[in-house]
Amino acid sequence: MIWNNTFETMPRDEMELLQLTRLQQVVARVYATVPFYRDSLAKSGATPDKIRSLDDLKRIPFTLKQDMRASYPYDLFAEPLDQIVRIHASSGTTGKPTVVGYTQRDIDNWSEMMARSFVAAGTHKGDIVHNAYGYGLFTGGLGAHYGAEKVGASVIPMSGGNTRKQLMIMQDFGSTVLTCTPSYSLFLAEVAAEEGIDFKKLKLKVGIFGAEPWSETMRQEIEEKLNIKAIDIYGLSEIMGPGVGIECIEAQNGLHLWEDHFIPEIIEPDTGEVLPLGEKGELVITTITKEGIPLLRYRTRDITRIIPEPCICGRTHLRIERLSGRSDDMLIIRGVNVFPSQIESVLFGIKGVEPHYQLIIDREGTLDTLEIQVEVNEQTFSDEIKNLQALSNHICHAIKEMLGVTCRVRLVEPKTIVRSEGKAKRVIDNRKA
Amino acid sequence: MKIEQISIFMENKSGRMAVITDVLGSGGINIRALSLADTSDFGVLRLIVDNPTKGLEILRNNSFTVSKTGVVGVIVPDRPGGLTSILSVIDKNSINIEYMYAFSERSSANSVIIFRFDDIEAAINVLKQNSITLYSNDNAS
Repeated sequence: MIWNNTFETMPRDEMELLQLTRLQQVVARVYATVPFYRDSLAKSGATPDKIRSLDDLKRIPFTLKQDMRASYPYDLFAEPLDQIVRIHASSGTTGKPTVVGYTQRDIDNWSEMMARSFVAAGTHKGDIVHNAYGYGLFTGGLGAHYGAEKVGASVIPMSGGNTRKQLMIMQDFGSTVLTCTPSYSLFLAEVAAEEGIDFKKLKLKVGIFGAEPWSETMRQEIEEKLNIKAIDIYGLSEIMGPGVGIECIEAQNGLHLWEDHFIPEIIEPDTGEVLPLGEKGELVITTITKEGIPLLRYRTRDITRIIPEPCICGRTHLRIERLSGRSDDMLIIRGVNVFPSQIESVLFGIKGVEPHYQLIIDREGTLDTLEIQVEVNEQTFSDEIKNLQALSNHICHAIKEMLGVTCRVRLVEPKTIVRSEGKAKRVIDNRKA
Repeated sequence: MKIEQISIFMENKSGRMAVITDVLGSGGINIRALSLADTSDFGVLRLIVDNPTKGLEILRNNSFTVSKTGVVGVIVPDRPGGLTSILSVIDKNSINIEYMYAFSERSSANSVIIFRFDDIEAAINVLKQNSITLYSNDNAS
């Protein structure tokens, strides 16, 4: 099933023409209204009159996450605040979050793309969508919510956590579609098994999973344990939120990226050079319809490739392969984006704590765990155990408060964390993708 | 009449204790008493040694996190109820004990109890007023 035949199956030549028109419009718009883009476009000679073909996209400089941070909170907005109807934010690389604003039209487009995504994943009017993405500043909850409503499905706005209640509602309300992070779905399965709940007896048929990397093996495990089809969804708040791309249930192979709204490119992360179609590199996205905060050539830091072959489902939009990593040091822990630099700044804010730390990420059962190893020095040391435990607790609380992620602190002896001349090995990720 | 105790931060890993006793032994430091407080991840080793200043220096040079803590040693008569008489004095005067541990004195049949109090000066005064014999660093060396 296809939600919007006109756009989703648009012939490639028409699509490219539409992309060019929209690209020219967005470049003209940000050049006129966003000082950051006026400067960068003028400096690089990519002024609106120079954008004559899709190939001219290359002339436009990249937009980086740092640029968003430097524009905190509203400097990249292309519309006055009285046109902005919603504000979301995601964690930044240090203390301040990355802020995005949506006009009514942006929300409508987002709902449209989420509706396409739900339908591509096999959701219809009459389905009961159990939405366990977090509601709040994070785009997951509301993004999925609006899309499911647009399809005409009944939405249960569960949000995250409270697993036993989730299972009760799933059974009693007859949820047919589950939206959450892939690891949370496995956690649900684990708790269900403890409670003696059999997924085969539930009405659940599809799960739409995103916000963290997962593998084909994990898909098989989810499909088996929850007795559903597991669909991969892609999104990031800077670009829009969930629904930037989705796997179709027909192929379950690669995520269609909604090309009438976004232009994808794959670049070599070190040189910034655009790679030939089909090669693996960093995904760069240009938003061509966004009004609130349009971004030109935004470096997502996600590593993937474009699958050039047409898809069996009939959609003409290009597919990107399942994400295979990051070109920066961002970690995704239980669906929460975490930069080591954020943890570092929290640690530095605690009196006496050494700049020597190490992060150990692991997966216990189905859930990610974060351990922070901190060296004890004479300033933080106490000969009383309770004071040392208070130090660990203090660090845990500060991390939870700033980053929203639960961690465990392990105090270690000085000089046990390896120092190196260049970049310290701060992160050990033991998770098997 | 404070005595100096060395406290050492120790990860809960095999062999750490041996490393500490080895560096102290090689430096000619004699351990008179020790106590270990531990959690699942780490422990704090507390030592009374014959030369705390030198002991501290040796441990620091070997990259241990250490601190010097003032504690009080009390000589406890070797008879039933010997410790109770001392604890009741401490209790009556509302002095809080953070932790304590015991060892035997080499020259007599008495035991020595090491106390860490939240208010060490007040504790020493109370103990002296009640004619309780205190142990000094000189005894340790």
